[in-house]
Amino acid sequence: MSNIKQSLRTLFAYRSALGGLIIILILVGVSVYTIFAIPYDEATKLWRAGERYWLDNPRNAMPSWVNFFSLKKMPETIILNTQKPRPGVSKALIPVSDKITRIKIEFSFNYEYDDFPSELNLFFNSKFNVSAPQLTVHWVKPNGEDIILKSLLISRGEDRYYISNDDRLARELKNMISRKINETIGYDIPITILLFASEDISILDPSTARVMKGNYKLWIDGIAFEANMDLDVKLVVYGKVYGWAGTDHLRRDLGIALLWGTPIALSFGVIASLSIALIQMFIGAVSAWFGGKIDTIIQRVTEVFMVLPFIPILIMISTFYKFNIWILLVVIILLSMFGGSVKNYRAMFLQIKEFPYIEASRAYGASSFRILTHYLIPKVLPTIIPSIVLSVADFVFLEAALAILGLGDPLAPTWGKIINDAHSNGALYKGLYYWVLEPSLMLAVTSLSFAMLGFALDKIFNPKLREI
Amino acid sequence: MVPRFWKYVIKRGIILFLTVIVATYMTVLIANMGGYVDEIIKSGLYLSISQSIRQNPAYKALNEAQIRELINATYTNELKKIGFDKPFIYRSISYLRDALSLSLGRALFISSDSGSKNVRIIILERLPNTVLLFTTTQLLLFFIGLFTGLFLARRYGSFLDKLSVLFAPLSSMPGWFYGIFLILIFASFLRLLPYGGMVDVPPPSNRFDYALNVLRHMILPVMSWLIAYTPINVYVRRTFFLMFSSEDYVELAKAKGLPESLIQRRYILRPTLPPIITDFSLTLIGSWMGAIITETVFNWPGIGSLFYQASVMFDSPVLIGLVVIYAYLLALTVFALEFVYAILDPRIKVGGT
Repeated sequence: MSNIKQSLRTLFAYRSALGGLIIILILVGVSVYTIFAIPYDEATKLWRAGERYWLDNPRNAMPSWVNFFSLKKMPETIILNTQKPRPGVSKALIPVSDKITRIKIEFSFNYEYDDFPSELNLFFNSKFNVSAPQLTVHWVKPNGEDIILKSLLISRGEDRYYISNDDRLARELKNMISRKINETIGYDIPITILLFASEDISILDPSTARVMKGNYKLWIDGIAFEANMDLDVKLVVYGKVYGWAGTDHLRRDLGIALLWGTPIALSFGVIASLSIALIQMFIGAVSAWFGGKIDTIIQRVTEVFMVLPFIPILIMISTFYKFNIWILLVVIILLSMFGGSVKNYRAMFLQIKEFPYIEASRAYGASSFRILTHYLIPKVLPTIIPSIVLSVADFVFLEAALAILGLGDPLAPTWGKIINDAHSNGALYKGLYYWVLEPSLMLAVTSLSFAMLGFALDKIFNPKLREI
Repeated sequence: MVPRFWKYVIKRGIILFLTVIVATYMTVLIANMGGYVDEIIKSGLYLSISQSIRQNPAYKALNEAQIRELINATYTNELKKIGFDKPFIYRSISYLRDALSLSLGRALFISSDSGSKNVRIIILERLPNTVLLFTTTQLLLFFIGLFTGLFLARRYGSFLDKLSVLFAPLSSMPGWFYGIFLILIFASFLRLLPYGGMVDVPPPSNRFDYALNVLRHMILPVMSWLIAYTPINVYVRRTFFLMFSSEDYVELAKAKGLPESLIQRRYILRPTLPPIITDFSLTLIGSWMGAIITETVFNWPGIGSLFYQASVMFDSPVLIGLVVIYAYLLALTVFALEFVYAILDPRIKVGGT
């Protein structure tokens, strides 16, 4: 016990080791939280649920905390739903006669952000028997002006009206505003700007267009030709920021993948690096201890694997077979099992083999297996701990690299997968930096923490380094 | 002494060649997915034969059964011609023979920019690009590491030395990772340098401008590797030289009052030369495969991205060709190194005594 305390004290004498260890503990904490908060099955399901599930999220939204650092307040998503009553939402179905129902639905909200929303959608959920209700959708700006957006018949069950994709409406609004300010709007102006902008000359350029702040109202006036009908409407004013991590091109919450990336990366890196080191050491010990034919065979096999280029072969295998992440881990272990380090371990064991205490154990009749596991391996084990810790980062990045090439597990939400998505959707061209930076930062923090700890351990376990 | 030397040489040569054979055969098996790629070729062949026969006006008069028979007959013939009538295990041997004799054959799907399907031409077309980028980078890294390492080892404990120790953990992140950040900063944000590729499209016609343009495209990938691997290189070399400069014979030389430069040359550099040369030659060989991920991130048309392209397209001849050349290069280097060792280090006696 005092021994462990002593080594811990030596370890913490290196501030970098302490820092590394604290970060690793935080990452482990995040992993444990994630595993319990979002079970893996749920996470993969959410991650592959497709756009339907995430329909209430904005597309490619930045994380919400950017608003803390910027004077220009980006809009959050505003969702108003008649199924979830709150101030500003009202729904009235008034039976006029036994054949006619009047529908009046009203959403009003304050819009005080400095930027325009990214999209605007209406979702309907209706129950009726014979004829579809006729609806007219109105838009009231803070200056009191009432604009009719569209008149429509909705179909039974779920239906939607993508306001921000309505080209006809865009043309009409553009003409209307052009007439009002007596200038022609010379660019392809999105509906979100047309609906939310101050109607003056600032609208002529997308960079100067200003939000008309204040109370907006969307109201629906309708009529249904039966008494027993129901209609629920949801208005989503998509923002440009979302959650603590933002969203991707499929409106998915990046937070899920960032969280789940942590346990996956940690376990992948630690399992790979630990098991490869242990297996290689065992093979090296066997090779040195038994000598003769066994030694020759092991040496030849090692040379074969040294001649094969590791990463290309791994890429070849993972493109061909599209393994899931844990089988991939096994493949990586199998490919590295006979890596070049076996030769180093063998050389170490050849020296130790001649030590008197091994001779003594032989003299009292210890079996080869006992000597291997009790006397040879424990002697070398401490010296390789630093390299195990140091190579964790290598395997974390190996997994990320495969994911970035599009060869990773197609289901698992990992950091590499986010970077891959970002890359293939041109995040860097479009300036969506958060999409690349968040997973990269996680990767960087993880690898740096293991590296800091590893370098300190190296100095402790290899005293030759400490002297100099 | 001499006969024993040659006996050793021949023995090592044979062992290394056997190693290459086994490694190549494993590659053949993996690259053909144990025969799966053959099925792709076969079905492609069947499709093209049946299409050409059905569209041939000369066979218009035949009925469906006759046409099918004709297709099958042509197909079996064609299979025999390319040797596909035998099971995969036989063919894998002939693939192995072709690979070992470096007759790399024709690619299945990939073609070179000049339109050739010859694997050798495809590889040779990409090779200069990889050499230009990665061999340059590796050389830079090697010499920066060597000289900075020597420099710091002499100034052990100085501010710069401590800085080098502090920065070493930065190398736990690979080159392509820094590449992403550099693209973000210099291409996307500052718009100073290109996102990737080797030359602009269309390339400048003037030869001088062309070279300048390629250099501009090289800046970010070279920089990303320098940032990623210089810290660890410097740290490893410095530690290595420090260990050797604490040897007794160095202390003795110092005590004798030999000049610093002489001590460095004769007592530190000389005994450390064999491992340094090994490192050097192995990194040079390693740059043959380019760096698949870095080349993909920077869209650099080198060997690495060729390998990636070939594995995505199941183009086994290209894959086998690339791996075989790598295996040969590595085996030859290892073979040559053993002699270099013997020359450089008089303590190593060939074959043991």
